[in-house]
Amino acid sequence: MDLLSLTAVELSKKIKAKEVTVMEATKAVINQIEKIEDKINSYVTVDKEGALRRAEEVQKLIEEGSLTGPLAGVPVAIKDNMCTKGILTTCSSKILENFYPTYTAQAVLNLEEAGVVIIGKTNMDEFAMGSTTETSAYGPTKNPWNIEHVPGGSSGGSCSAVSANECFFALGSDTGGSIRQPSSFCGVTGIKPTYGTVSRYGLIAYGSSLDQIGPIAKDVTDCAVILETIASYDKKDSTSVAREDYNFTEALVDDVSGMKIGIPKDYFGEGLEEEVKEAVFAAAKELEKKGAIIEEFDLGLVDYAIPAYYVIAAAEASSNLARFDGVKYGYRSEDYNGLHSMYKKTRSEGFGQEVKRRIMLGSFVLSSGYYDAYYLKALRTKALIKQEFDKAFEKYDVILGPAAPTTAPKIGDSLCDPIKMYLGDIYTISVNLAGLPGISIPCGIDSKGLPIGLQLIGDCFKEKNIIRAAYAFEQTRDYISPFDK
Amino acid sequence: MANIISDETIEYVGILAKLELSEEEKKQAKEDMGSMLDYIDKLNELDTSAVEPMSHVFPVHNVFREDVVVNEDDRENILKNAPEQKDGSFEVPKTVE
Repeated sequence: MDLLSLTAVELSKKIKAKEVTVMEATKAVINQIEKIEDKINSYVTVDKEGALRRAEEVQKLIEEGSLTGPLAGVPVAIKDNMCTKGILTTCSSKILENFYPTYTAQAVLNLEEAGVVIIGKTNMDEFAMGSTTETSAYGPTKNPWNIEHVPGGSSGGSCSAVSANECFFALGSDTGGSIRQPSSFCGVTGIKPTYGTVSRYGLIAYGSSLDQIGPIAKDVTDCAVILETIASYDKKDSTSVAREDYNFTEALVDDVSGMKIGIPKDYFGEGLEEEVKEAVFAAAKELEKKGAIIEEFDLGLVDYAIPAYYVIAAAEASSNLARFDGVKYGYRSEDYNGLHSMYKKTRSEGFGQEVKRRIMLGSFVLSSGYYDAYYLKALRTKALIKQEFDKAFEKYDVILGPAAPTTAPKIGDSLCDPIKMYLGDIYTISVNLAGLPGISIPCGIDSKGLPIGLQLIGDCFKEKNIIRAAYAFEQTRDYISPFDK
Repeated sequence: MANIISDETIEYVGILAKLELSEEEKKQAKEDMGSMLDYIDKLNELDTSAVEPMSHVFPVHNVFREDVVVNEDDRENILKNAPEQKDGSFEVPKTVE
């Protein structure tokens, strides 16, 4: 039996059935990391000792019968923008090169209570600003399918770690597509939940009105189970929503008969690779064969989502990142003259180029004289985009399209033209603006041998619709790992 | 609205953002921000005069809780992260003469 190819739920079952120990699973993952990490660079920090200690502890709790849940004993990776008490948390930035949080993010605490073993912290675009994981201060992550290509981003390290069997599942965060796009590029499954579903407490903020934590795993079942575990109402996050229903695994049924699925024509225009388009339409056909009703429709305003997003995200980032001032934690410049010079030098030396670019843009659109023209304009556009989705969900249970217009680009190809890179997020960004849930699930491999992702979008609080559709589609194909080639 | 980014704007934004940029970085920032704003100006194609700005997708307003201390004193660990500390406090450069 190849232990590493198991899903998280399968592994936990075997652990509880005493076929495998938590230590064996943890060591298998650590061996895999030691074998391939210098090629892939999924992790910023591997907490080998902590993981081995925890594996022993979890094994005891399982044997005592106090840990019985579906994720008990499973080794996981956490994106490096979630605080983990006592474990280095860098956000892939130099400015947090030595930051050891004194508390753990609520979503991670929920996982710990369920008995997971944290292996380490995964690489990302600095402060989650990017679509390729190339802006990390700790070097780029490579795509396990082809190390000349990017894994996507910003949760690139989480997705490559799942794909390359360097963990059994991972947590990512999604502000404009940062779970779904790298899931698509790495051939794994990832969910961005409805805004407010997973607590943001302990998630280092980028665009607070858009950020959500979500699962990245090998299949839909794992994702539903993980989401059920991490989702919770949290008083410590004032945007947390007390939902009526957290029972996401109930939707794991192979039945889409009568489900109405809309395909936005606007998602199939210029810039979309032919092979991606074909794979996405083939996936729609599979769902149709299972009884779903598929229809094309006009979504509208698709081209306005990216400019609105960059104004809002940059504005929020400029405010959120004001806390990095060299006083309380992290990096402080060695060469300064007085307090203001210390702030400025610290921030200029500590932040990378893309982060500075967005802080500057954000400061500008919020500045007196431009606030109405840019920031309020973007918020009004957001309201219109939300209305477009509301109209669509009056007719459809699920919206189906690509997760990204292309498969993974080559390393170095994206960063030279920021606007071109931003355009790669065209199918994912509006979902964050409207607070909707979305899932990316593998639906094919292109002629370059790189995975293609299908995106399913649901109405707010209707994760179950996209989980059901994704699960039904998943039954039509086998999981393919980069090691199967 | 293009080309509103002058050298003075870049200086001003640098002050707001608390960033110190080299001459080369300023030139690059001016170029980058100019092209971003040109792109963002696409939003002006939309008539939004009758639309209220939406800051939050759900109708939640101020969320209150009782002001009760629930966490423990963790000063020592918190201070361990400080670049410089003195007598149980964060140490910063002298600000008043």
